[in-house]
Amino acid sequence: MIRFENVSVRYEEDTEPTLRNLDLTVPEGELVLLVGPSGVGKSTLLNAVSGLVPHFTGGTLTGRVTVDGRDTRTHPPRELADVVGTVGQDPSAHFVTDTVEDELAYGMESLGLAPGVMRRRVEETLDLLGLAELRDRPIATLSGGQRQRVAIGSVLTPHPKVLVLDEPTSALDPSAAEDVLAVLQRLVHDLGTTVLLAEHRLERVVQYADQVLLLPEAVMGPPSAVMSVSPIHPPVVTLGRLAGWTPLPLTVRDARRRAGGLKERLEPLIGAGVPAGPLPHPSPHARGHGGRGGGFSLFSRRRRRPQGEQPHPATPLVLTASLHVRRARVEALRAIDLRVDPGETVALMGRNGAGKSTLLSALVGMIAPTSGTVRIAGRAPHATDPRELIRQVGLVPQEPRDLLYADTVAAECAAADADAGAADGTCRALVSELLPGVADDTHPRDLSEGQRLALALAVVLTGRPPLLLLDEPTRGLDYAAKARLVEHLRALAADGHAIVLATHDVELAAELAHRVVILADGEVVADGPTAEVVVSSPAFSPQVAKVLAPQPWLTVEQVERALEEAR
Amino acid sequence: MSTAPGRTVFPGPLRSVLTAPVASRANALHAGAWWLWALGLAVAASRTTNPLLLGLVVGVAGYVVAARRTDAPWARSYGAFVKLGLFVVALRVLFSVFLGSPIPGAHLLFTLPEVPLPSWAQGVRIGGRVTAEQVLFAVYDGAKLATLLICVGAANALANPARLLKSLPGALYEAGVAVVVAMTFAPNMVADVARLRTARRLRGRPTGGVRAVLQIGLPVLEGALERSIAVAASMDARGYGRTARVPAAVRRTTNVLTLGGLLGICAGSYGLLAAEGAGYGLPLLGAGLLAAVAGLRLGGRRTVRTRYRPDRWGARSWLVAGSGVAVAVLMIRANAYAPEALHPGVVPLAAPELPLLPALSVLLGLVPAFVAPVPEENP
Repeated sequence: MIRFENVSVRYEEDTEPTLRNLDLTVPEGELVLLVGPSGVGKSTLLNAVSGLVPHFTGGTLTGRVTVDGRDTRTHPPRELADVVGTVGQDPSAHFVTDTVEDELAYGMESLGLAPGVMRRRVEETLDLLGLAELRDRPIATLSGGQRQRVAIGSVLTPHPKVLVLDEPTSALDPSAAEDVLAVLQRLVHDLGTTVLLAEHRLERVVQYADQVLLLPEAVMGPPSAVMSVSPIHPPVVTLGRLAGWTPLPLTVRDARRRAGGLKERLEPLIGAGVPAGPLPHPSPHARGHGGRGGGFSLFSRRRRRPQGEQPHPATPLVLTASLHVRRARVEALRAIDLRVDPGETVALMGRNGAGKSTLLSALVGMIAPTSGTVRIAGRAPHATDPRELIRQVGLVPQEPRDLLYADTVAAECAAADADAGAADGTCRALVSELLPGVADDTHPRDLSEGQRLALALAVVLTGRPPLLLLDEPTRGLDYAAKARLVEHLRALAADGHAIVLATHDVELAAELAHRVVILADGEVVADGPTAEVVVSSPAFSPQVAKVLAPQPWLTVEQVERALEEAR
Repeated sequence: MSTAPGRTVFPGPLRSVLTAPVASRANALHAGAWWLWALGLAVAASRTTNPLLLGLVVGVAGYVVAARRTDAPWARSYGAFVKLGLFVVALRVLFSVFLGSPIPGAHLLFTLPEVPLPSWAQGVRIGGRVTAEQVLFAVYDGAKLATLLICVGAANALANPARLLKSLPGALYEAGVAVVVAMTFAPNMVADVARLRTARRLRGRPTGGVRAVLQIGLPVLEGALERSIAVAASMDARGYGRTARVPAAVRRTTNVLTLGGLLGICAGSYGLLAAEGAGYGLPLLGAGLLAAVAGLRLGGRRTVRTRYRPDRWGARSWLVAGSGVAVAVLMIRANAYAPEALHPGVVPLAAPELPLLPALSVLLGLVPAFVAPVPEENP
């Protein structure tokens, strides 16, 4: 269906080609997963299929790409529109019309399908993607996950033979991601659609793939074979490798079947002082009794219930009391009581549109509470001078690019130093520490997703705020970049910074957070230690917890450490 | 399903026919009906300077907007148009105060220092006497313009501009899409500015002031440009601009017909509006229209696009459009029987009176607030 023959792509300004001598054939009706570190050319490869590379992006493509027998050299993207449907990384850049129903119909209108057919397909697609209630809504009012589904729906309606998706689930909450993937699988199985998708969150998608294409090596093969050699792999594979299971399990179900032996080995290790997270847990309740996380174990944590009345010596960094926020007619937050102490890492989870970002905005004072109070280190953030506030709290927004507006990395760093009143070079040193190899004169726009996040984080950290807020920090990050981020955040937490992160990434929450707060419809529905909250709900539990349930392990790292200590 | 939702309304109890239904895509009013209604009000407003009548027109437009607009982002533009209208009034008064006015007046308000100008600039005045009459005249005049703007704002708030596109002939569709995408440039830029102001706040910088504006400006333009390119790529990948093959003869005929038709329309409307050419104006306009329609019809063969659920022109659309047209026609008629009530004099100063019949005819513009489908309240 898709053939690449000796394809190389090179953009003018680069010395190295982005893709080099790529040969590959994707047979009809397969779901092929593209795996590789960021910046390896995944998006370029995907766009070459739809003809946007090189017709739209410029650059030189040598070799031949054919889709369903059509050469992309002679067929511009619009002539391929009936065979290839493409959704890029940012769904909001994809929309042409302004309401959901029109958007779903747009592609079909361009192809000139009959009105009756269009109507039928729109109705089908609305049901398929669960968009029926949103059909008349303006796209501008949709949440991120809803937009992603509309974007996918809009390319499904013309019934293309090939579907090309760039990170379709990274903006979605776990259950919305499962819905989207289930739809893709149904398309592959029922309609024989060929799907080519790139995704960093392998734990979500690898079990659906028929083939995995590993870049930059350009090795294609069945998932279990590729995963056994791939440097990038989901936790379940890491666990499988650790335990020496062959063939490697790719799904939680497969892994559970083989996990008997491992569970037996782990059983005596539980509760023997093995820390749940890599950090001693600085729970305020533990600290209230004088110990900074000492003698802490999973079981004792289970028994401990949050007790609001306990006296605390330190002022909490975040304290909200029955916080309500209304935006127009929408009650975005209702009666939020949240307390975060220094050194604590809290993960905010919940479905798309549950109010996570709104809560973070309220904490940095971008939104004034409609009623109730917010106190950051004792002050009301919306009434504090921004210059003052950045020494108390820093937010890295969902789109780190929003925070950057100088034209070079160096200028950005200099500005950050000036803003925070820090010594010259503070920010630059932070960037190098977070991510070595970012050149001074690069434009922030040309950085990769991970680099941009590192830069935004450095800019925020320059003020050394005791409270750090992160909105979806792992979007677009590969496992290596994510591991570096986790390490750095742990170091900050150990340093006494409090971190609040809104995320859909359950693996990240398991690795990092001491406490998980789940929001639904603007209300807190669960607030407790990570192990407890995450394990009690299947949608939010990490793969390792699912495999080793009912044992309380959350990450491969914990298992690894426990096994090592036992030795 | 290919069968459209039924148009047949069973004549049930009178009440259920008379009360407006809840709005949905199936019973949406034709966007053109809203525009006709608003343009009708605008025409009426352009025929009077009576501030009471103008206020009535604004009130009617505002009431209908309040009763029938949705929560959609484009529906929020009404407030912006009202502000723009007030700005126009203020500007008109300012100009009159500083540049003088040919209106003679006896009630001196104050005297500004006059800038002496050379003799060749005779007739131009800067500063000088400011009279109550001249200010009042400027207010009346400004109010007329402001009312026109507010009527356009009402149409904008009530009808999605993209919907209007669906009614364009196929040959014009692609140009229309380009225009609509270009129009989203402005709201997107407003959103960008808001985002960047937030970012400045997060970085601990003041969000106001000239420096802030300068620092935000460039990234905003950059962002807007990038987004335009992304949208263009997406449109291309989704088949925008696919054309069918047509013989060269047809293409040439299309061009000749369209161009000739447009020229005819221009010349014809000039003839109609100008004093001297009324005789040949109407036939020329008619011929031009015919040629243009034929050209567009023929040009439509090149496009392969079809339309998804275009708005239907039903009874309610007739009523809405009709009410606007009626207001316009009645106001033009009123100019014949009560010219002085519609254009209250400023010399000598007198309080304007509300002429009863024209006022009643403006109230006809309220019809849409009762017949247009009611948008559902979003939760």
